[in-house]
Amino acid sequence: MQIDATDRRLLRLLQDDASQSVSELAAKAGMSTAPCWRRLEKLEAAGIIIGRKVDIDYSALGFTVLVFLRITLDKTHANAMDEFVREARNIPEVETIQTLLGRVDIRMDVRARDLTHYQEIYRTRILRLPHMLDLEALMLVSEVKNTESLPL
Amino acid sequence: MIDIDDTDRAILRALQKDGGLNAKEVGEAIGLSQPATWRRIKRLEEAKVIRGRSVLLDRSKLGFEVVVYLGVKLATRGRVSLEDFERAVAAIPEVQLVQHVLGVYDYRLKVVARDLADFERILRRRIMTLPGVGDVESNVLLSDEKLTSVPI
Repeated sequence: MQIDATDRRLLRLLQDDASQSVSELAAKAGMSTAPCWRRLEKLEAAGIIIGRKVDIDYSALGFTVLVFLRITLDKTHANAMDEFVREARNIPEVETIQTLLGRVDIRMDVRARDLTHYQEIYRTRILRLPHMLDLEALMLVSEVKNTESLPL
Repeated sequence: MIDIDDTDRAILRALQKDGGLNAKEVGEAIGLSQPATWRRIKRLEEAKVIRGRSVLLDRSKLGFEVVVYLGVKLATRGRVSLEDFERAVAAIPEVQLVQHVLGVYDYRLKVVARDLADFERILRRRIMTLPGVGDVESNVLLSDEKLTSVPI
C-alpha cells in the first residue's frame, strides 16, 4: 500500500495520542470525519496499524524488578538457538526473547516481583536453559524514554 | 498506591492481550457491566496504573527495516551530568528506548533506522556525539521470538 502525506500525518497524530477519537483526529488533521475514518480503516486493513497497546505500570502491581539478560550460545551445537528459544518461551516471567546479530546471540527481558523472586527464577529456570556459554545481566534503574513512536 | 483487586487484574489482563478494547468489550470479556468496567478503567488510569495507550505500527511496512540495541558506557563518570546525556539522547527521534541500567553498561538504547546506512548515520552523527558517551556496543535485532507480558 502506498502511503501519502495525509496518512503520515494521521499516523504521527496517533503516535502522539492513541486514545483520541476519530473526530478529534480528523479535526487536528484538518479533514472531516468520514474520510479520516476511511483512511484509518485502510491503514488497519493493510496491517500498517497493528493495534493498540496499553502501557501498564507494573510496579503498581508489585513487579519492581526488570532484568535484561544477554546470552551467548554454544553455536557448535547445530540446534542450539531453536532449543534454547523453545525452552525459554515456557518461562512466564520471560517477557521478551529476541535473537541478535552482534556480540551476544539472545536477549531476554525478565520481570520479577523483587530480587528474591528474580533469584528464584534465575536459579531454577534460567540457569537450566540449554546451550548457554555466557550470560550477562543488566538491571533496570530507571526508564528515561520508552515509546513505540517511529520518526515518520 | 491504590488497592488492586482480582477484577482490576482481570481488566488489565484483557487489556494486555488487546489494548484496543473499549470498556464494553473488556466488560464482555470478563463478565462485568460496561459502566462498572468503565469506572474501574477510569480509576486505574487516574492512579496511573494504566499510564496511557500507544498505537502499534508495522515498522517494516513504513520503511524501518533495522532495529539496533546499543549498550552505552559513559566515558568520564562524575564529570558528565547524567541529566545532560539523558536529555540529549531522549531528544533523538530514532531512539525509542533509553534505560539507565546497572551492569556492564550504563544505558541501553533501542534505535530504529531505515537501513544499515541510515543506522550508521544516526550512530555517527547523533549517538557518538552525545555528551559523555564512551564505549558503544551494537547488536542488530534479527527476530522477535517472544513478546508477552508477565502474568499479573
